[in-house]
Amino acid sequence: MLAASGGVVRRKRFDRLFVVLGMLVLIAALAVLLALFTDLVRQGAARLNPDFLTSFASRRPAQAGILAAWVGTSLIMLVTACVAVPVGVAAAIHLEEYAPKNWLTAIIEINVTNLAGVPSIIYGLLALGLFVYEFGLGQSILAAGLTLALLILPIVIVATREALRAVPRTIREAAYALGATRWEVTAHHVLPYSMGGVLTGMIIGLSRAIGETAPIITIGALSFIAFLPTPPFTGEFPFLSFAWLGDPFTAMPIQMFNWVSRPDPAFRVNAAAAGAILLGMTLLMNGLAIWLRHRLRKTFQW
Amino acid sequence: MLTSAVKARVSGLGFWYGNVRALHGLDMEIRDRKVTALIGPSGCGKSTFLRCFNRMHDLTPHTRYEGSIRLYPDDIDLVAKAVDPIEVRMRIGMVFQKPNPFPKSIFENVAYGLRVRGARSRALIEEQVEKALRDAALWDEVKDRLHGPGLSLSGGQQQRLCIARALATDPEMLLFDEPTSALDPIATARIEELITALRERVTVLIVTHNMQQAARVSDFTAFMYLGELVEFDATSKLFTNPGRKATEDYITGRYG
Ligand SMILES: Nc1ncnc2c1ncn2[C@@H]1O[C@H](COP(=O)(O)OP(=O)(O)OP(=O)(O)O)[C@@H](O)[C@H]1O
Ligand SMILES: [Mg+2]
Repeated sequence: MLAASGGVVRRKRFDRLFVVLGMLVLIAALAVLLALFTDLVRQGAARLNPDFLTSFASRRPAQAGILAAWVGTSLIMLVTACVAVPVGVAAAIHLEEYAPKNWLTAIIEINVTNLAGVPSIIYGLLALGLFVYEFGLGQSILAAGLTLALLILPIVIVATREALRAVPRTIREAAYALGATRWEVTAHHVLPYSMGGVLTGMIIGLSRAIGETAPIITIGALSFIAFLPTPPFTGEFPFLSFAWLGDPFTAMPIQMFNWVSRPDPAFRVNAAAAGAILLGMTLLMNGLAIWLRHRLRKTFQW
Repeated sequence: MLTSAVKARVSGLGFWYGNVRALHGLDMEIRDRKVTALIGPSGCGKSTFLRCFNRMHDLTPHTRYEGSIRLYPDDIDLVAKAVDPIEVRMRIGMVFQKPNPFPKSIFENVAYGLRVRGARSRALIEEQVEKALRDAALWDEVKDRLHGPGLSLSGGQQQRLCIARALATDPEMLLFDEPTSALDPIATARIEELITALRERVTVLIVTHNMQQAARVSDFTAFMYLGELVEFDATSKLFTNPGRKATEDYITGRYG
C-alpha cells in the first residue's frame, strides 16, 4: 500500500475545505427559505383553511379569500405554458438544428440571451400597447398569459437549446446514417432525449412567471374580483369554451399586494397565508421539475 | 477469387473542409461483395474518404466534394449535388468507431431504419429485426431481452447491435470506421468474423489502424498518406510485396 505523501494530504485539504464551504452556503440559503416559509405559515395560520381557497375577496378580512386569485393564476399559467412552450421549443430547435451558423443567427442568439435580462415591467408596457390596445385583447386572461409567455420565452429557449446541445453528435450521426431526415432526427431522437431539460426549462420559466406582479398590474389586472371566469367546460356541444380567455382577472401576487397595502393589519394575515400558498405552488412546480428530470435521466443515459 | 464486378468507381475525388483540402484526386475501384480496407497514418484522410460514400460531410457546413464516386450497377454519382444525400444513406450503411446505439430498446434500435423507410407491419419488422440480429451474431444473447435498453449491453455487443441496425435495411454497401478500436481482443475477433461473413451479401469498406486486421479481413487494401492514395492492390499482394516504398515503410511499422 502507498503511504500518502505530505503533498497529497496538503492538496486534499482544499477538497475538504471546499466541501465544508459549499455545505455552509447551501445550508444558509435553505435556512433562509425555510425561515421565510415558516414565518409566512405562522403569520397566516389563522387563514390557512379550505374557506380561504373557496371565498372571494372581501372588505372583511376574516371572510376574504383567494378563490378568484388562484383560479386566475392557474388559468394565466395555462395560457402562458401553452404559448411559451411550443414557441420556445420551436425557436430553440430552429436555432440549434436548422439555422445556418452565420452573423444573423449570432445576432438572434445574443438577443435571445439579452431578453432574459429585460426588466419585467418593460414587458408589461410592451404588452399594454401591443396586446391590450393594438390587438384589442383588453385586460383579459389571454393578454396576461401572452405577456408572461413573452417574459419567459427566453428562459424556455435557452434551457431547451442547452438540452438539445447535450445530445451527443454520435447519436445524431447514427440516425442520419440510417437515412433519417433532419426533421426525423429531431423529432425521433434529439427532442425526446432532451425532454428532461426541456421540461425543466418550462417549469423554471413558469415558476418565474407565477410570481410576476409588475407586468400584469401594468396591463390592468383587477385587485378586487368577486366572480369567476366563464367555466371552460360546458354542458352542451362542443363542451369546451374559450370565453374565459377574454375575462378580466386577478392573480395571487396581485391579491397579496393589495392586502399588504391595506391599513387594516388583519389583512396582513391574509397576505401571509396567500404568500405561503404561492410559495407552496412554486416549490411544488420545482419539485415536479426535479422529479421529471430524475425519471427521464434514468431512461436516457450515455 | 479477386475478380468481381465493380461496385463503385472513385475518380478524381477531392474533398475540402472550408479552405483545407483533405483529399487529393483519389482514383480507385471498390469491388462488389468484397472487403476493402483503408489504412494509413492518423490524419491522412481515411475517415474523410469513407464519409464521402454516405455523404456524411453534408452535415458539416462549408464542405465541398470534387470528382465523383459512381455507384454501380445503376451508375449514379454519390457525391453529385443533384443526388439527395438521404437517398444515398438509404442504400449505404455505416458503423462508427464508438458504438452509438440510440437510448431506446434493442428492438427499436434495429427497427429504426425500417421505420424511417415507412415499414408499418409489426410482423414484417419483427422478422427483419430478428434476421438482422442473427446476421450480426447477437440474436442468442439478446433474444430474451429485446425490449431492454440497448445501452445496457457490453461495448462489443453494442457494436454488434449497431451492425445489426445497419444491416436491417439491407444496404448495398457498409462503411466501417475503425469499428473495433474501442473493443477488447475477443469482441474484436467477433466483429472481424462478422465482417468476413458479411462479404457474402454486401460490399464492405473498412478503415482500420490495425495492420493485422486489414490483412485478416480484407480482400483489397488502399494505403493513404496525406490525403492521397499511395497504393491500392489486393491485400495479399500489398502486404507481401508492396509496390511503393512508403507503403512498405508503413506496413512494417516504420511510420510514427
Ligand atoms: N471538420 C474538420 N474541419 C477541418 N479539418 C478537418 C475536419 N475533420 C478532419 N479534418 C482534417 O482532415 C484531415 C483528415 O482527417 P481524417 O479524420 O479523415 O483522418 P483519419 O485518416 O481518419 O485519421 P485517424 O486515423 O486519426 O482517424 C486531417 O488533417 C484533419 O485535421
Ligand atoms: Mg478517422
